[in-house]
Amino acid sequence: MSEAGHELTSSGYIKHHLVNLQVCQTEEGWQWDPEVCSGKFNTVHVDSIGFAVVLGLIFSLLFHRAAKKATPGVPGKFQAFVELIIEFVNKSVKETFHGSSKLIAPLSLTIFCWIFLMNSMDWVPVDLLPWIGTWFGIEYLKVLPTADPNITFGMSLTVFVLIIFYSIKIKGPVGFFKELAFQPFGKWMLPFNLILEVVSLVARPVSLALRLFGNLYAGELLFLLIALLFTAGPFGILGGAIAQFIWACFHLLVIPLQAFIFMMLTIVYLSMAHEDH
Amino acid sequence: MNINMTLFFEMIAFATFVFFCMKFVWPPLLGAIEERQKKIEEGLAAADRSQKDLELAQKNAEKTMHEAKEKAAELIDQAKKRHAEIVDAAKDDARAEADKIKAGAQAEIEQEVHRAREELRKQVSLLAVAGAEKILQKSIDASAHSDILDNLVAEL
Repeated sequence: MSEAGHELTSSGYIKHHLVNLQVCQTEEGWQWDPEVCSGKFNTVHVDSIGFAVVLGLIFSLLFHRAAKKATPGVPGKFQAFVELIIEFVNKSVKETFHGSSKLIAPLSLTIFCWIFLMNSMDWVPVDLLPWIGTWFGIEYLKVLPTADPNITFGMSLTVFVLIIFYSIKIKGPVGFFKELAFQPFGKWMLPFNLILEVVSLVARPVSLALRLFGNLYAGELLFLLIALLFTAGPFGILGGAIAQFIWACFHLLVIPLQAFIFMMLTIVYLSMAHEDH
Repeated sequence: MNINMTLFFEMIAFATFVFFCMKFVWPPLLGAIEERQKKIEEGLAAADRSQKDLELAQKNAEKTMHEAKEKAAELIDQAKKRHAEIVDAAKDDARAEADKIKAGAQAEIEQEVHRAREELRKQVSLLAVAGAEKILQKSIDASAHSDILDNLVAEL
């Protein structure tokens, strides 16, 4: 909620919720004020990266525990659950990617589980964690990491680096350049081809990041708007409760779907990078 | 949209998690799954094989049983035949024995008859001599006329 002293307005409430907990270094030392840090490049969104890392650690440690105890005999309940996810990811990878790579399957698993966990923060009531944060003097807190473009671009650019790396590794620098320059119109249209192909290449990480960011940002925004309904009297509370429930149910679909889409497109892009024409 | 340092931290975190997953999570879990798949495959194959073995064993057992039955029937036949033979042989033996006993008895009887007849002849010759003595009123030397008496006895 809004800090004491400020008047609670709808736009103020929403704006307040969309500000990250951030820190940056200036000449006067570490600054925690968004007014100062916003727009500076050496700013770090502590909440986004913090939640992302915590969720990533939860994923890694849980799966690592399952992996340590993994037995080829009769699996326990937790191992069976983990294997369910592993099989699902492995199937998705095998259907699309036909080469042999030790990286792509674990990469896909990490993407799917991590994004799923990060998206799941959307189910946490929008005011719960920021409210708890105020006990510890934290003024701003954005709990949904995937509604921060830094996080989604961070992932998609890493994938982009892998696309470039594998394209050059598999096809060679010349082969990669040929693919960019001599398609789709033959060598007499080289500049045009190059522009077209580079745009489509660059569009991949951008679309990957923006799709995830857009979906989750919009989802969070709507949760905030619904939360505002609760201030509009008894009917507002009833309507807000219903709307909250419906929107949360809708996210049962959106959250795994966005995680799956990010994973699937990563596999597709990397298998395209592996294909030698 | 504020793009800032967070992006690079996220990239580092992402790479770290992927690396961790690639080294410590994925291989043991997939290994366990694949090993189990292999085990199940082997188990199913073994089950198939044993099923076939069972069928073969059942067929063999049936065959053996059939053979045993045939053999038993044959044995029973043989035993019956042998039984008949033994009974026949016993009958023959008994008949031969009876014949022999009968023949012995017959011979004895004949001997008895012969002896009785001899005895009778002797008695008759004695009677004849006694009669003749009476008739002649004098004793006749039996030994002197024995040849005559013998002739008489032979004629009787």
